[in-house]
Amino acid sequence: MSGILGYGAYVPYYRLSRQAIGGGGKGERAVASYDEDSVSMAVEAGREVTRMFDTNSGAGPIDTLVFATTSPPYAEKLNAAAITVALDLPTSVRSMELGGNTRMGLGALLLGTDLGAAGKTALVCLSDVVVGGPGGARERESGDGAVAFITGPDDQAIARVLGQASSTTEVLDVWRLPGDQFARQWEERFGIEVLGPISLDTAQRALSAANVAPDQLTSVILDATNKRDVAGIPRALGLKSEQVANMLADNLGRCGAAHAGMVLANTLDTAQAGDKILVLSTADGCDAVVLEVTDKINQAKPKRSVQHWLASANNELAYNTYLKWRGVLPFEPPRRPDPDRPAAPIMRRHERWKYSFYGSRCECGQGHLPPQRACVKCRSIDKMKEERFADEPCKVTTFTLDHLAYSLQPPVISTVADFDVGGRLACELTDADPAAVKIGNRLEMTFRRFYTGQGVHNYFWKARPQR
Amino acid sequence: MASNGIKDQVAIVGMGCTTFGEHWDRDASDMLIESATEAYQSAGVDPDDVDAYWLGTFASGVSGLVFSEALKTPYKPVTRLENMCATGSEAIRNAAYAVASGAYDLVMAVGVEKLKDGGYSGLVVPGPDGDGTESSMTAPAMFSLLAPAYCEKYGVEEAELKDVLSRIAWKNHVAGAKNPKAQFRKEVPIETICKSPRIAGMFGVFDCSGVADGSAAAILCRAEDAHKYTDNPIYLKAFSIAAGPNEGFISEDYDFTTFQEVVVSAQDAYKQAGITNPREQISMAEVHDCFTATELVLMEDMGFSERGQGWRDVMEGRFDGDGAQPVNPDGGLKSFGHPIGASGLRMMYEMWLQLRGEAGERQIDNPKLGLTHNLGGQPGRCVSFVSIVGNELG
Repeated sequence: MSGILGYGAYVPYYRLSRQAIGGGGKGERAVASYDEDSVSMAVEAGREVTRMFDTNSGAGPIDTLVFATTSPPYAEKLNAAAITVALDLPTSVRSMELGGNTRMGLGALLLGTDLGAAGKTALVCLSDVVVGGPGGARERESGDGAVAFITGPDDQAIARVLGQASSTTEVLDVWRLPGDQFARQWEERFGIEVLGPISLDTAQRALSAANVAPDQLTSVILDATNKRDVAGIPRALGLKSEQVANMLADNLGRCGAAHAGMVLANTLDTAQAGDKILVLSTADGCDAVVLEVTDKINQAKPKRSVQHWLASANNELAYNTYLKWRGVLPFEPPRRPDPDRPAAPIMRRHERWKYSFYGSRCECGQGHLPPQRACVKCRSIDKMKEERFADEPCKVTTFTLDHLAYSLQPPVISTVADFDVGGRLACELTDADPAAVKIGNRLEMTFRRFYTGQGVHNYFWKARPQR
Repeated sequence: MASNGIKDQVAIVGMGCTTFGEHWDRDASDMLIESATEAYQSAGVDPDDVDAYWLGTFASGVSGLVFSEALKTPYKPVTRLENMCATGSEAIRNAAYAVASGAYDLVMAVGVEKLKDGGYSGLVVPGPDGDGTESSMTAPAMFSLLAPAYCEKYGVEEAELKDVLSRIAWKNHVAGAKNPKAQFRKEVPIETICKSPRIAGMFGVFDCSGVADGSAAAILCRAEDAHKYTDNPIYLKAFSIAAGPNEGFISEDYDFTTFQEVVVSAQDAYKQAGITNPREQISMAEVHDCFTATELVLMEDMGFSERGQGWRDVMEGRFDGDGAQPVNPDGGLKSFGHPIGASGLRMMYEMWLQLRGEAGERQIDNPKLGLTHNLGGQPGRCVSFVSIVGNELG
């Protein structure tokens, strides 16, 4: 037996209103900023849960990382590796990636619980940036976001697996060729015809494996590439409308491989011990799991709920800005040089700084970011201890708006930030309104993709106003 | 430990300087030929008389060959050096110390920069390979951090400071208008400066120095030989350079209202030159006004103004061309332009003209001691150079 030991979510700051897109539809979709991707968002969600896990669980250390996305930043090169380092997991961690369709999000979570049954403790990060062709339903109805779970043996679980079922079918429903920007979809009525019955059957088998009757379910999460594939399930199972989970279509959008997990996180945010939850995800088949919430749930709720993330938003994003961010719309380049690709050996040497965000602190107390060997204060050499600043709060000491620097969202807000624990960093401020930045603003660090230069993604940390 | 200096041991006996600006029609080698030739003629020497060369260029070429191949100097020593925006000053400092050592009799310091061929806005700084975590701040952004910090510390309103900064730009454009070699030779109304489009923080376009091409050169010899070459040599009183440990971006104590490197280099130079009251004893200064706020802070760091009072001195016209202590009488980086490797020598060129009474309509009345200040880097982490020169020994 195994289960979920903890969870955390991340919803990016920007929202694109469906009105701004045009063509009808209400509400808004979440949008990863220009400096985010599935890896950086996975790190943000991972930080939310690992931060809790360190202090609240008696389970063993995380020994496995599973990353699922349909928008991997690198087609070849382990995206999960950057996540493990940014989360400061030990190098002994086993890591793997799942992709191929959006169902691999729930698939990854179930892989995690399966590993839990084998005595492993896995961090499962589900993250996606979903780009649809301009004007299409996928662009309008999708969202960007990430969620992370820690899975393990069920004595520590906040939600135990009662039963699960799967099916796989070869069907041309949603597909995307390597290098293509947008997925394609066959006529939806065909998908419903094929995937509807498969989804219902999988749900019923999961319930049967769990020995749970539909009316015992507190919440039913029905995720699918096309929501109509699963629209018949509530009626077929005889569910009441209050049993069917809000799929966050109005203010988030479907976050690809992260979506089933995101709605599960939203459900867990308000769950009580004893709640039974059916989670189902359909794409090229179906996975379904029945979970039972345990009395450990109240100690494991993350600091920021999904609703908290959804409420912390900027709804002013212009449609053309969104299209530039996603590389859909070409634009006039700045008269500044293209950013240089970071060099592999230096990234490797400075991995603890660049990814894990370790600075150093001298015996005399002076903090140094990046880490230094010689102290700027007492000038001692090699009297330093490593110190991780990733989760330390800081504040704006001074700042400037740089209209000349290259950015997909000018002006660049450059700030000098001082950490509460002591230590200073000059860094970019992201997810901030340039007009609202003030000396003294409270900040927190966030892992970002700064740019892609000559085919190399450049990840590092920025500060953002506390969300 | 000592910084003894070489007061009155070395003299400048000839100088040359190109016009600064967008020289679409000239290579760096053309500009080197121009400034060096003018310097040879100014000192009345033949190129063969010069024993050794120091070439300062930030990024317009690598090695002494940049100069020796341009001028076809026959197998003479040419040292190429770089110290960011203080590169030109570093060239003359090293050349002067070589003469003072007795190793050579007659040497040239020359600086050159070709910035306008890249096609970019602003300055582009080539750097070594990196890990991608380096700050991407542009130069105006770095220096714009001075303005809000100054306001905060001294209780100056932002609008008030904007007027101060605009007045500095206005002053330097007034000076540049009188300088036939300057990049911008037009006075600019203060309202235009105030309203110019924002580049970074409080800085508009007119708060930034000109990105320019140019070259300048100086010929130096031991002071006792100076009169062999000219009746009016200028004497080197002090050279100081300070390279900081990056306290500004590490230590929370740094507040962006000062350059510690400038304070240290100025005090060292004053000690070498025997100056106790720079506000009264220095007749004029050419300082590194890469941005208007830099010039304001420099006035305080170099002791021309009391702490927190520099802005009042600016508004009262103390540093105007006809003020009590003229600063940047040639237009400064602001309107003369800033070809990195040449700027330090361009500052010295104005000293050469002013101290010899050759500065034309911008001539200052009877100057005795002048100061040049050159800075490379940014507030919090920089190299700072200060020199003091005079037209009399002792």
